[in-house]
Amino acid sequence: MLNHYVPQQAEVIERIEETPSIFTLRLHFCDPKLHQQFSFQPGQFNMLYIYGVGEVPISIVSDPQDEHSYDHTIRIVGRVTQALSQLSAGDVIGVRGPFGRGWPIEQTRGKDIVVVTGGLGCAPVVSVIHYVMRRRDQFGRLVIMQSVKHSDDLIWRKQYEEWQQVEDTQVILAADRAGAGWPWATGRVTDLLGEARFDVNHCSVMMCGPEGMMQVAVNGLMNMNVDESNLWLSMERNMQCAVGHCGHCQHGPNFVCKDGPIFNYSEIKEWFGVRGF
Amino acid sequence: MACYLPRTQLQSLLDILQQQGYDCIGPQVRDGAIVYESLNAASQLPTGVQDQQSPGQYRLIENDSLRHFSWANGPQAIKPQVFAPRETLWRVQQDSHEQTCQLKFETAAPASVMIAVLGVRACDIAALRLQDQHFLESEYCDPYYAARREGLFLIAVNCSHPAATCFCHSTGDGPNASGNFDLCLDELDEGFVIEAGSDAGQALLNQLELKVATQEHVQQAAQQYQLAIQQQRRLPKKNLRNILFEQLEHPRWDEIAQRCLSCGNCTAVCPTCFCHSEQELPSLDGSHSEHVRQWDSCFTLGHSYIHGMTIREDTRLRYRQWLTHKLAGWHDQYGRSGCVGCGRCISWCPVGIDLTEEVTAICGESD
Repeated sequence: MLNHYVPQQAEVIERIEETPSIFTLRLHFCDPKLHQQFSFQPGQFNMLYIYGVGEVPISIVSDPQDEHSYDHTIRIVGRVTQALSQLSAGDVIGVRGPFGRGWPIEQTRGKDIVVVTGGLGCAPVVSVIHYVMRRRDQFGRLVIMQSVKHSDDLIWRKQYEEWQQVEDTQVILAADRAGAGWPWATGRVTDLLGEARFDVNHCSVMMCGPEGMMQVAVNGLMNMNVDESNLWLSMERNMQCAVGHCGHCQHGPNFVCKDGPIFNYSEIKEWFGVRGF
Repeated sequence: MACYLPRTQLQSLLDILQQQGYDCIGPQVRDGAIVYESLNAASQLPTGVQDQQSPGQYRLIENDSLRHFSWANGPQAIKPQVFAPRETLWRVQQDSHEQTCQLKFETAAPASVMIAVLGVRACDIAALRLQDQHFLESEYCDPYYAARREGLFLIAVNCSHPAATCFCHSTGDGPNASGNFDLCLDELDEGFVIEAGSDAGQALLNQLELKVATQEHVQQAAQQYQLAIQQQRRLPKKNLRNILFEQLEHPRWDEIAQRCLSCGNCTAVCPTCFCHSEQELPSLDGSHSEHVRQWDSCFTLGHSYIHGMTIREDTRLRYRQWLTHKLAGWHDQYGRSGCVGCGRCISWCPVGIDLTEEVTAICGESD
């Protein structure tokens, strides 16, 4: 019987410092056969294990077609991510995955795509942006909307500037507090939904970030007559097993680790925004 | 066909099981409660022992009956036999030589063991089925649970003495076992009506070479059943799934939170609760590490922690999580309520919170 609880050895190929508290680990499985078999969808996650410290769920940010490696962008928030941040190329960790349900890429092909993110929680949607960018002709317009608390929090700034230059692509960024030289808006990106140019009848909206921000975005988009079946949200809860057994990630009757972490709004609206779920 | 097993021959049943390689487990009195432990002889079974249960109370009393099963369930039965309270999931060794460092992972999944449990109650068989759905029949199969479950031989005993806290009849799970057992007994004054529920059970029954149960025996068992279904407590016959999720702001939740200690006893004794946490236990010399899981409770602060915040900070939210999951969320997850009416959460609650009373207060009486 396949044991989904036991990690496999993976090697850090490269560690990229994004900001003092955010880093990216580029990984591959030590077993070449296993690495070759590994495939995932944008929005899925892996459990990363660091020896003697523990495991954490982290979404995969790279493109599924990258055969050489897969990337995890991680913010230092606790014991395990702190230890992971100390790694460098050549170090070995444990990885199991991929887990969960990713973004609904197949249902989205041909439609306009609107990506709305807030805080620093952008990693799960960055994978989908990369995916669309590499297959630009398979999708309609791409609108990338991101909020950050402070303009200095924005990582991959150059990348946003590049994305802005791509045809049929719109980038809308906003910072609650803007430092010097911030060319984008001040405030919240959810106040700027009116600036986004996309077909409300033929779109998929992909959201990630604090639930309060997503709730405001959902309300705004539904006021613009975007049907709830076109709203997709990435949820986050305590996860320990990643296979729907440990019970920590339950959100109403859903197990975020296996039924999500990507949900259609209609699947979770009964409990979304209700304190305690 | 139902047979009759004189009480004096109960030991033969245990003997055959042991000859077949089973470790037998059965009810015994320990520290003032009936618990399921290793059982070598029928003489170890409780004899003339009855229980008295009420909200926040569990007591054993003695009488002069020769019966072994004239009591309702104690704090725990078969859940710990399959879903271990604490177990190692895997071990990892760090090997450093020259410039390279390797991690060697090794599963700690147990080999299948043959365990026969004597005296399983209908509520616990129903709970076991729910745990099977969760650990074996969902998207991922749990090899630790599977190894223990595979070798389980279940000898049910229909419940002739439900406690005041029992409400299995209203959940449809008891007091009689209706399948998912190997053998099933009805205890009468002098012996047992015994029936097989599986091929393995039938084979064992054949070995016992028993007489067919008389009509009188069968009638006595039926009368016992009629008495056992006269239970004091019940769940409202309503669509609890929808009503509970519609009543998330009912004032009763605040009122319960005034009484609930958030101790987690209800989750520890519940035969369907499956939550567990994982933990890393590195060795002191740094050469190896163990990854362990143990039962957890949604009544702890840590259960809903994510970086920077706790989803359920106060008792109101935790009790509501427990009850809405048990009676509402389970319907979506596994097609039925997660409550089998065993009443343990009522007896073992230190402040005597009664789930049936709380649900009725929130959802109203049966229509």
